[in-house]
Amino acid sequence: MAKLVTLTIDGKQVTVPEGTLVVDAAKRIGIDIPVFCYHPKMEPVGMCRMCLVEIGRPAIDRATGEAVREADGSPRVVFSPKLETACTTPVAEGMVVIGASEKVKEGRKAILEFLLTSHPLDCPICDKGGECPLQNLTMGFGPGQSRFIYDDKIHLAKHVPLGELIFLDRERCIQCARCVRFQEAVVDDPVIGFYQRGRSLEIVTYSEPGFDSIFSGNTTDICPVGALTTADFRFGARPWELNAAASICAQCPVGCNITFNVRREAKAGGRWVIKRVMPRQNEAVNEIWICDKGRFGYHYTESPHRLSQPLVRKHGELTPASWEEALGLVADRFRQAGDGLLTLASGRLSNEDLFNLHQLTTSLGGKSALYTHMAGGDLVSRIGVAPGTNFADMGTGSAILVVASDLHEEAPIWWLRVKQAAERGATLIVLNPRPTRLDKFASHVLRYAYGSEAAAVLAMVNSLSAKRPDLPETVKALGRSPELEAAAKAFAAAENGVILFGSEGTSLATSQALAQACANLLITTNHVGRPNNGLIGVWQRANDQGAWDIGFRPMPDLAQAMRSARALYIVGADPAGDDPTLVETGDFLVVQELFLTDTAKLADVVLPVQAYTEREGSFTSGERRVQRFYPAVPERPGSKADFTIAGQIGALLGLDMEARLASKVFLRLAVSLKEYAGLSYTRLSEVEEQFPIVGRGDLYYGGTTYENTQGLGVQLPPTILLGEPLPLGWLELPQIQMPQDGLLAVPVTRLYDRGQTLLPSELLHPRLPQPYVAINPADGKRYRIPDGATVEIRSQTPISLVTLRRDPLVPEGVLLVPRSMGVPINGPTPVDLRQVERVIA
Amino acid sequence: MNHLEEKYADEIQAILAKYPEEQKRAAVMPLLYLAQRETGYITRQSMNDIAQILELTPTEVASIVGFYTLYYDQPGGKYRIQVCTDLPCALRGAEEFLEKLCENLGIRVGETTPDGLVTVEKVMCLAGCDKAPLFQVQTGAGLEYHENQTVESALSYIDTLRKRER
Amino acid sequence: MSQYILLRHREIPNLGKLEVYRQNDGFQAFYKAVTSMKPEEVIEVVKASGLRGRGGAGFPTGMKWAFVDRHNWPHYVVANADESEPGTFKDREIMENNPFQFLEGVAIAAYAVQANVAYIYLRGEFWQIAHQLDQRIAELYASGLLGDNLFGTDYSLRIYTHLGAGAYICGEETAMLESLEGKLGQPRLRPPFPPSYGLFGKPTVVNNVETLTNVPLIVANGASWYRQYGTEKSPGTKIFCLSGRINRPGNYELPLGTTFRQLIYEHGGGIPEGRQIKAIMPAGASSSLIIATDEALDTPMDYESVPNVGAALGSASLIIIDDTVSIPWLINKTIHFFKHESCGKCTPCREGTYWMMHLTERIAGGAATWEDVELLKDVASQMKGKCLCALGEFSIEAVLSGIERFKGDFEAQVGATQAAAEELPVPAD
Repeated sequence: MAKLVTLTIDGKQVTVPEGTLVVDAAKRIGIDIPVFCYHPKMEPVGMCRMCLVEIGRPAIDRATGEAVREADGSPRVVFSPKLETACTTPVAEGMVVIGASEKVKEGRKAILEFLLTSHPLDCPICDKGGECPLQNLTMGFGPGQSRFIYDDKIHLAKHVPLGELIFLDRERCIQCARCVRFQEAVVDDPVIGFYQRGRSLEIVTYSEPGFDSIFSGNTTDICPVGALTTADFRFGARPWELNAAASICAQCPVGCNITFNVRREAKAGGRWVIKRVMPRQNEAVNEIWICDKGRFGYHYTESPHRLSQPLVRKHGELTPASWEEALGLVADRFRQAGDGLLTLASGRLSNEDLFNLHQLTTSLGGKSALYTHMAGGDLVSRIGVAPGTNFADMGTGSAILVVASDLHEEAPIWWLRVKQAAERGATLIVLNPRPTRLDKFASHVLRYAYGSEAAAVLAMVNSLSAKRPDLPETVKALGRSPELEAAAKAFAAAENGVILFGSEGTSLATSQALAQACANLLITTNHVGRPNNGLIGVWQRANDQGAWDIGFRPMPDLAQAMRSARALYIVGADPAGDDPTLVETGDFLVVQELFLTDTAKLADVVLPVQAYTEREGSFTSGERRVQRFYPAVPERPGSKADFTIAGQIGALLGLDMEARLASKVFLRLAVSLKEYAGLSYTRLSEVEEQFPIVGRGDLYYGGTTYENTQGLGVQLPPTILLGEPLPLGWLELPQIQMPQDGLLAVPVTRLYDRGQTLLPSELLHPRLPQPYVAINPADGKRYRIPDGATVEIRSQTPISLVTLRRDPLVPEGVLLVPRSMGVPINGPTPVDLRQVERVIA
Repeated sequence: MNHLEEKYADEIQAILAKYPEEQKRAAVMPLLYLAQRETGYITRQSMNDIAQILELTPTEVASIVGFYTLYYDQPGGKYRIQVCTDLPCALRGAEEFLEKLCENLGIRVGETTPDGLVTVEKVMCLAGCDKAPLFQVQTGAGLEYHENQTVESALSYIDTLRKRER
Repeated sequence: MSQYILLRHREIPNLGKLEVYRQNDGFQAFYKAVTSMKPEEVIEVVKASGLRGRGGAGFPTGMKWAFVDRHNWPHYVVANADESEPGTFKDREIMENNPFQFLEGVAIAAYAVQANVAYIYLRGEFWQIAHQLDQRIAELYASGLLGDNLFGTDYSLRIYTHLGAGAYICGEETAMLESLEGKLGQPRLRPPFPPSYGLFGKPTVVNNVETLTNVPLIVANGASWYRQYGTEKSPGTKIFCLSGRINRPGNYELPLGTTFRQLIYEHGGGIPEGRQIKAIMPAGASSSLIIATDEALDTPMDYESVPNVGAALGSASLIIIDDTVSIPWLINKTIHFFKHESCGKCTPCREGTYWMMHLTERIAGGAATWEDVELLKDVASQMKGKCLCALGEFSIEAVLSGIERFKGDFEAQVGATQAAAEELPVPAD
């Protein structure tokens, strides 16, 4: 616990930890000291000089070291003759800060006058107008008129695309360097910088593509003027026209808190439309940041290709039908199927949807399955991180093991938070078959061959407690590495330990083994059942963890199960799109979807659903935080919420199910699952004060990120804390079939994939790779296939044609296959490669 | 290995050796001089090459080019004649010197002679205030001072350059 | 006494050759320090000598060395050879002609703070000097005066040159460190100061070339020897750079405390063409303008006395202004310089120098009104005390002192209209 220091700011006393900056101390007692360059999430630089205040310090008698006292016994305070920057000055005992004097006001006015000499004053046409720190502070403190001759202003380019996503208005930039510092210091992506110097300083990018960073959108939130705007929102609306709806990003398992800004729009026929996605503060989840996929990837919810009415197959054709007809048919067929019903759902759905689907299915005696490429969620339910876990609290004394995950691609905000924990002194162990962007922050970087992830973790366990002499040779070999042993010891020695496991190169089976190995390591090292300890799954979808909690499990042989189902109910998943061989139309197929996907095209009944932006619900994040999302726009006519559809089918079957209110479904869920016990929407919407304080009237401090007034969510206890001890689990290391002389193809996750929910965001198209696979240049030479050639991949599954890239980061002997690019590789698979002449369109 | 590394392997190693292993970035300025040696300015390719050697982004390298006036992102004359006209030099006739020099060359300040030989520029203090008028001559290969100049001496120097280049 | 401590090459021919330098006791001081003195003892001698930084700020050198954090290693020494202040050209002469004394000074400073690596940061324009220094440093390695295990001790030292590339701001020590690290040459926040957080985040001593060149003779001859020159509070000699309207411009090494008059008239030969001296800028373009009264001319040039005539000694680069020079023209010149060299990091300097440039151009060009002069004064005053580093703060010195002390020049410049308006006779009844 840091020492506390008491000081006086504008007559108010405040006690804050030693090291706090004056500007932040003032903020805590509601005193706003204006800033431009300072941002509470970044180191102070003292550049803009806006935060100048008078600072007095108690006089100390040099001879005695005692405080000098006035006649009345009060300590004598000596003021510096110059104004000082509140953003760079740490508090000190007895300090007196004056931010409301004439001298300070003059100082602020002076700085504003300086800034305005080079500012275009084009507020009426500026996107930032209405939420602009420069505008607001000029109103508050600035000069009433300009003494700078307007004609002396330099005019600069106003529409500079730094990339396809972010535009720069050079005239408006006030050189505060927030964007440059954010990219360098916060996200380690210094792809924008200053060019020239002095009055000529300008923001530039030399990356290809321009401003090549997956966090670029955040710079527009912290830009204190209208210099940086997103291509998505610029000229789209004025901030004061917008309504705000709290939500949760549905793109990955982090569960970033976001706000949808919406308005009615004439060009949309008077409908409500989403104009932009803004981050919403949750210091335990995403702080005040979001990634560009979350910010720009929402357009699928508004796609004109959304389904708008139920379809029923008649005479071989999908034909529009009424809800009554469609649901009646589905209910009949499900009743007939009975225990032959297989419900396949994905973690794209909310807890309420999944709960109702599960209840419907189990009531009929059917089976429910989770559509995923990753296992281990059951273990996460049992030894996931305990309530109170926050990456921000991890630093020296904590250890974080990231295994089989390219976190930067799979869950960007976790990458950021893990990186920052490492920078604060946490021991970061990265265990991955190829280099990733996390390596440079790690204290231990360990490699293993694709397919040996579980073995590698087991080797760590084994190096700590050699209890199993009968270990397979893979484990023993890995265990002989002194680096691995050192990493294992560091992990064991740490007070707190968290493991994030992903799906880099794994199949369902290998990922189950990996999760068990991770669980064993956590149990062995006693990193369970406490805050900042436990297992986190880097899932593919936002609510995979919720699905596991509710009881959905992946099926080892899904294709077989689907073939043999008497009725197949696929919700929020497109197996046929991912692998055309996977779905053979069985007796009766119902698909519940936003779009007419490849799977839906095969269906007997297609049921159109509401996008999650149109309804209520909750997701359970990878850190097992249950968070609410709220309706942002009215539903598309003709569509229903997933839980409603399941509930209405249930009603037709005479089941007692809630179909109307998500909140009531959630209450039922809370009754049936003990780790959710006691939860309600009210409870999920509770908030407490967070620091830094952002999103209020003073947008200059934290930026345009939204304050969280709608709920911080609740982190679930792992069941190990609910009287369900978890013993070390025996695990069978899955045998990987190794190629004879071909390559081992492995699936990996890319942030910008070609999935159903990303493709409709056209803005991102230049960033979405065309389908490709990658090999090491040495293999490229061996196969005599140049970079960029079209190749044919041959394995047991049908042949895929795709572009080949040479990438030195891919280990030799491996063919890297990004998921969702149309090459159905679902785990380590031996393949052969051949160049073909055909050009892919 | 990129172009720069292939061409100047030993020199690059010597430069890198001056700075701590984990502070490679410090070598960016000497490497930029190296890159400027051939072409007299920094090409986009050089920026990429240097970025690769130092594990920086091309943007970070470009920032340095932009900040410091002795690096150029555009080609100029083969010889850049840079006349100081700051206060102490101006007090000793540097402004008239520059004006007359340009007049004689038929160009304006900042321009390059039609043969591409000489660009005449106005620069800030060169620390030769007692020997004004003076100029420095910058080529990709380095810099040299010419002090206590007259328009005649400067023109005759340019004449020598012209002959040398022929 | 020998007349020179620093410009000894003026007396000793070929002092720039290592052989000659060694014949004149060169590297004896470094040898003595490394083989027979503790680092703290070296610091003590320099402290006792009263040597103050010659780069402009006049901070006691020994004290700076003593501040170096002994709990954080490694340490670095960086020699500031970025000499870029208009009117300053002394370090150049030292490095060109007495390079080994400078290098020995660097070496002693490095030993005193136990740095094993020292960098010499030279402005990019000193390309030739850097190459000469590189050759001389190579000679020192070859002679066993630099390198590993010097003189059989466990002390090792390497010295490297590093060229800047045209940025005055890099003379500011923290901007220099940023630049040396391969970043934009923009000043850092201070504190922390370089002795606790310097190059690559490590404790660092940054000293000016002239400062360091004093050190070998101080260590060789002792503090009291050094103190016989100069004044009590400003001991030693100083190189005064004399430029502008003066008959014999150049460097003059004289004891601190020499008067302006002595320098300008006895050494510098007075003003050309028998003109009158009008003003003195004692610290280059960063300087206030001193009105060249008799009182001013008789003021001793040391760190304590120059402020009495409304300026600072700084780097002691005297730009002499005669009565043909218009002060509005002059400040337009200096403001152009500062506007060009402002790094852009802080608002007041970035915007203020730019704004002032518009105003001084207008004033110097005769297109201004008195309002513009008042506005210029306002803008300059508005910058005062608000800039991140000294560049911005010093850019206004000539402006404010110029308007205050040479008001007539401005009045003359703002045009007949204004003057006429002010002098309109009061209508009779």
